[in-house]
Amino acid sequence: MKKLLPFLVLLLGVVYLGSTLAPPANQTEFDLSGFARLPVLVDGRIKPLDTVARTSLLVLQGRQRFVAPNGVSLQPVEWLLDVFFNPAVADDYQHFLIENPEVLAIFGREQGNQKRFSFNELRGGLSELERQMRLADPVDEPVRTPFQREVAKLYQRVVLYQRLKQSVNLEDSPDFFADLQRFQNLLPAGIAAVRAKEAGQPYNEQDYKAVMDFASRFQFMSESGYLLVIPPEAGNPDVTAWKKTGDALMGTFRRGEVNLDVLVYAALGRAWRLKQPRDFNDGVKAYGTQLVRQFKPQLLKCSIEAGFNQAQPFYSSMVLYVLAFLLAVISWLKWPETLQRSAFWLLALAFAGATAGILTRMWLEGRPPVTNLYSSAVFVGWVAVALCLVLERLYKNAIGAVAGGMIGFGTLLIAHHLSLSGDTMEMMRAVLDSNFWLATHVVVITMGYGSTFLAGFLAIIYIFRGALTKSLTKETADALTRMVYGIVCFATLFSLVGTVLGGIWADQSWGRFWGWDPKENGALIIVLWNAIILHCRWGGLVKQRGLMMLAVFGNIVTSWSWFGVNMLGVGLHSYGFMQAAFYWLIAFVASQVLIIGLAALPRGRWRSFQTQSA
Amino acid sequence: MRPLLKSFLQFFTSLRLTVVLLILSMILVFIATLDQVNLGVWAVQQKYFRSLFVMARLPGTDLAVPVFPGAYLIGGLLLLNLAAAHAYRFRLTWTKSGLWLTHFGLILLLLGELFTGLWQQESLMRLDQGATKAYSESYLQTELAVIDTTDAKFDDVVAIPTAALEKPGIIQHPKLPFTIHPVLFYPNSNLVMRSQVPNAAPSPADQGFGPQLVAMAQRITYKQDEQNMPTAFIELAGPDGRIGTWLVSTLLTEPQSFTLQGRTYELMMRPTRFYHPFSITLLKFSHDRYPGTDIPRNFSSRIRLQTPDGRVDREVLIYMNNPLRYGGLTFYQAGFEKNDQTSILQVVRNPSWLLPYVSCVLMGLGLVFQFGIHLTGFIRRRTTAAVATA
Repeated sequence: MKKLLPFLVLLLGVVYLGSTLAPPANQTEFDLSGFARLPVLVDGRIKPLDTVARTSLLVLQGRQRFVAPNGVSLQPVEWLLDVFFNPAVADDYQHFLIENPEVLAIFGREQGNQKRFSFNELRGGLSELERQMRLADPVDEPVRTPFQREVAKLYQRVVLYQRLKQSVNLEDSPDFFADLQRFQNLLPAGIAAVRAKEAGQPYNEQDYKAVMDFASRFQFMSESGYLLVIPPEAGNPDVTAWKKTGDALMGTFRRGEVNLDVLVYAALGRAWRLKQPRDFNDGVKAYGTQLVRQFKPQLLKCSIEAGFNQAQPFYSSMVLYVLAFLLAVISWLKWPETLQRSAFWLLALAFAGATAGILTRMWLEGRPPVTNLYSSAVFVGWVAVALCLVLERLYKNAIGAVAGGMIGFGTLLIAHHLSLSGDTMEMMRAVLDSNFWLATHVVVITMGYGSTFLAGFLAIIYIFRGALTKSLTKETADALTRMVYGIVCFATLFSLVGTVLGGIWADQSWGRFWGWDPKENGALIIVLWNAIILHCRWGGLVKQRGLMMLAVFGNIVTSWSWFGVNMLGVGLHSYGFMQAAFYWLIAFVASQVLIIGLAALPRGRWRSFQTQSA
Repeated sequence: MRPLLKSFLQFFTSLRLTVVLLILSMILVFIATLDQVNLGVWAVQQKYFRSLFVMARLPGTDLAVPVFPGAYLIGGLLLLNLAAAHAYRFRLTWTKSGLWLTHFGLILLLLGELFTGLWQQESLMRLDQGATKAYSESYLQTELAVIDTTDAKFDDVVAIPTAALEKPGIIQHPKLPFTIHPVLFYPNSNLVMRSQVPNAAPSPADQGFGPQLVAMAQRITYKQDEQNMPTAFIELAGPDGRIGTWLVSTLLTEPQSFTLQGRTYELMMRPTRFYHPFSITLLKFSHDRYPGTDIPRNFSSRIRLQTPDGRVDREVLIYMNNPLRYGGLTFYQAGFEKNDQTSILQVVRNPSWLLPYVSCVLMGLGLVFQFGIHLTGFIRRRTTAAVATA
């Protein structure tokens, strides 16, 4: 039985990972996954409605899971369908996250258990919110007070919600499809009336009024809509020439008939509202088949992206990393060999999950792995875990698995929090739009971050086991020292080459190798610190414990370079305000200082090494 | 060897010195990064990286005292330390060759940065669509241009750095039949029509636009997206005595002219100009955005490059990550303004631009080689150990 355990653990892990690929439970008869895969163009890229639903929910309420007032959990896309087509129902959905008590006071509420509010609950205070936003608007972002920040955040949330409601349907129209049919019938007479009036001839006042009324409503829709829902007309070579529904409707006056895709969405809306799953499913299917002709590659990407959203490989990896970490730690107490092997395989599986996630993102974006802070967090963890797997394979002492589980989980947790601001596959600004440099400089420097962190976490294991337990034998201590030294060598190589490559990129695009800007300096400091560790070691200035303390300080240096420099404008400029992330950074730095302090305890106070010297 | 020389040598070749210098440089970079919030990147470069010592004012006085070694000092000592260590301590052996390569690359990198600091010159070329220019402008320094426009065929320009106007004194130039006496100087300022400020003090200026304007001193800005707008009052005096007092400012876009001894002069305070032996015409500036957003996707300037002798006449497309290198200068797309009608090119002269490339290759190879030796040694030991235990 004991022999089979690693295999069983791996099998369970595989089953767990496989289960995430299964389609979500659908309690309705509607083809939700079909609708979720439909493409729209927003923020510069074609993405499935599923992504729109999930990122909107993240922005509005800080999480993807949504529970309707009746206690039923809705799929993100179900929620989006109600926002599009059933705004009267959606207005009662509690999806506006408000945590600041001063902002709550705008709406005459006090802080209680309720953190999320519906549009109807906020309605009474919206004009006051708008007034506060006007007051906050002229203040530069970094120097805003917490209240002003939260006001701006909530205001943007309300605006996003309102714009979503106007993206596909007109909110004030109880039956948009019927409205559009009326409009289509009215069109010839209406246009004739407008032309006649412009030419100064007698015209039908009623037709004129009716058609102008439609025009002003469509104009409003075009101004307030958020998504570019309507694909370019067949034969248009520009596959990015998508339009807002409002714009497509304004185009009716030129074309003489209502855009077919607008009608399709209106019909889908009617079927959703009247609970007619068969009409809805037929509509989704027909629309999909028609799109395939023009947008085959885009549809494939949308469908993979929707599946990727659903499977959440990084979340599953996080779970597996924690399990691997726990198994590895327990292996130091009991069943060392069996549990070490189980932990190794679980770590490898979690790594495979994260790799699949990274590869999928790379394919979807057509980019190297690191394009923004979010993906750098994912990749830092990936590099560290890859090195851990190598270490674990070489040393088989569960140290690599503990470090890998810890860093893998930690970096994915950071990534999760970074993803709360919306879509993580954003378009690259012009200056960054260079796959060659993203693939070289950015990847190499991120590998430098990952390996510097790994050295630091290995050192933490040394310090904890040495100072707090009796488990650190001379053999393990020597092995850990070799690991830390080796990883620091790696880190030096990556961070140095990565930094210099960054300089070369700067020279290529700006004619200037080094500009002393904060991000460059941050990278330089990591290089310097790794060089300091190596020279201290070579010069015999530090022995084992000293090396470990230096490596832990490397964690502080790296976290500052990675996140601290981005907060410079925030943390130092503003008065009495710091972003939540800044507190986390301070807390992390403080914890590392404590660990260094622990390592600095006189050797007599360490629980290990009581007999032999280290 | 004499003991003094020996201990001197020991000091300069020691690894301890290396570590101390590396730690000092790390602290220097860290503090300089924090100080960018207050000083902006340009002032920080001067204060921390292009200096032997970081100076700070004693509180309450105007006395500046060195408080920390600057980058020139630390870098110089590091170079010395490195060179001395290699001369006396290291043997050129096969196993140390990676270190030699890395350190040699580092020497090149440090020297390159020193040369860059000494020789690099950056300026901007603002081009309206269709316009041609043969000069670029500094974005930090300004100058007072005194232009003799008497001859219709050419302008005779005398440029005086604005720094010379900061303190009272007499400025003379052989080409000018008058002297310039700075009266008042504001490093950053704002100009308001006098009619809008009824109880302002009378203007020191009695010529040109000055009497109608009120100059107000502004706080010096270090923000990267703001510029200081200096204003100066200058008195001109000819052989027959005082001619008058003018207000000059970079805020005035039109020159002020006057005549003296039958010659016409124009006064203009403007960004310092760097003239080039060729001209650039902006044919077309394009600015693409991602569909449905304001996120810039690409900026590009199609320009025409010409020399007066007619030997060079070609069209070039400058865009992101793709600058034009010509005549020892690099032109890259830095920005745009006036609703995409004006393109801003940054012009950089950096004669030592190639050094970092060489040093990057050397250091990368050196480290890979050195750690490769460690790694193979480690693996060989492990396999022998494994064989021994088996």
